[in-house]
Amino acid sequence: MTVKPPADKVSIPERALVPLWLLAELTYACPLQCPYCSNPLELPRSRSSELTTEQWLDVMQQARKLGAVQLGFSGGEPLVRPDVELLVQEGSKMGFYCNLITSALGLTTERITAFKNAGLNHLQISFQGSDQETNARFGGSDSFVHKLAMTKEVIRQGIPLGLNFVLHRHNIHQVADFLALADSLGAEFVELANTQYYAWAMHNREQLLPSRQQLQDAEAATNKFRDTSGSRMKVFFVAPDYYDDRPKKCSNGWGTTFITVTPDGDVLPCQSARIIPGLEFPNIHTQTLRDIWLDSKLFQRFRGTAWMQEPCASCPEKHIDLGGCRCQAFMLTGDAASTDPVCSLSPLHHVVTEITDAANAQTAPLPSAQSSTPARPLLFRNTGNSRKLSAKKETSTS
Amino acid sequence: MSSTLDFARDTFKINPRYRLQWEDAQQCHVLLYPEGLVKLSGTAAEILGRCQQPTRAAELIAALQREYPAADTLADDVMEFLTHARQQEWIKRTED
Ligand code: SF4
Ligand code: SF4
Repeated sequence: MTVKPPADKVSIPERALVPLWLLAELTYACPLQCPYCSNPLELPRSRSSELTTEQWLDVMQQARKLGAVQLGFSGGEPLVRPDVELLVQEGSKMGFYCNLITSALGLTTERITAFKNAGLNHLQISFQGSDQETNARFGGSDSFVHKLAMTKEVIRQGIPLGLNFVLHRHNIHQVADFLALADSLGAEFVELANTQYYAWAMHNREQLLPSRQQLQDAEAATNKFRDTSGSRMKVFFVAPDYYDDRPKKCSNGWGTTFITVTPDGDVLPCQSARIIPGLEFPNIHTQTLRDIWLDSKLFQRFRGTAWMQEPCASCPEKHIDLGGCRCQAFMLTGDAASTDPVCSLSPLHHVVTEITDAANAQTAPLPSAQSSTPARPLLFRNTGNSRKLSAKKETSTS
Repeated sequence: MSSTLDFARDTFKINPRYRLQWEDAQQCHVLLYPEGLVKLSGTAAEILGRCQQPTRAAELIAALQREYPAADTLADDVMEFLTHARQQEWIKRTED
């Protein structure tokens, strides 16, 4: 799932250290296989380590006591768990604003009614393409017709809905079609979210990153829709930060706003933090959420600005972007405490421009020629591929 | 646009995407929506609290004026806030 809300949509708490968001990754199981999935490359082999209903309720209660108000249920596909309705109901009673982030697989008219009755505040359905073929190709499952039906049903039953269209090189030309589709379904909110390059997306980046021209065309199509369609639908366009010259303030600042709890109870300041070496990841089985939030080394590691190196440490903009994303800094420079190389002031900024230059040099697949064979095929997110990857990693490190 | 809320005529209430509640940890009312939250001043919360049920601008002002008879710029202040709330889509026409 791609659930990193862009930082600019989150208002900053004046009083520090209230984790406003709890993101509950209920499971890594998912019937889809999106090649840009933000779940870890090493997927668990079984679901036996997933937190139980009671354990989730306890985590939610603890987060609420710390002041969390937003609760997101994601995964994997959260609907794989039969207890989501109950968790939403209890979350609502605790005073959370409950969001469900789903691919719509596993959704039925009955479950929508149950969510409505449970007090679900917002439901987000993700699309992998604007037509049946693209959607099936990138989700690895033929779910398009079902998604359309469920979108209509959610609107009919009156649960506030957002549609999320994940963009990459092979579907970004469909923006206009997708907006027309969403509008015809009666959606009020659409997020055109460019793939963010973490986890599976990072592995497949060469095949997924669009060219600057593709990106500009997609933004132009979005603006044209806003200006000419007469539609009341709100459209957010989230660009991939590789084309910016300043990085994103990741997670609204490490350890300031978000708590992610993984299916097995690890507590993280951001969804992908476990890729950073040398950190210890606290778990809900052994510590309270309060201790983890306030005192764990993990949450303190990149909180504020004291950890910064140059050029960030003496940069006048350091409070604006907090040096960017720690996971991205690690993935692209090998040092999680370095300046996010998206920043043009980073001495390693060329790492990013080399990547975008390569993307610009690749010829974008035309809508009719999507089967152009990239040098390395897309690796779809599934447990088989996950196992192959870890086998490779073991042989290369031993 | 035909859908624009007209304060002279329309009834309106809080947009169902938003939820108003008191937050102990923040010591203020907040308005929650899918992407985050807005902290509200006491006055803003008082006005929005009265939009939980469908209401009209004139009714709302009258009710608040009864409660705060000494506030002489109340009508203007409320209209200013409602205009902001309409622009932010915190409130919606009830026919919508
Ligand atoms: S495979 Fe796709 S639908 Fe499933 S969790 Fe990953 S991104 Fe979401
Ligand atoms: S040098 Fe660091 S703090 Fe300054 S703009 Fe770049 S990333 Fe931000």
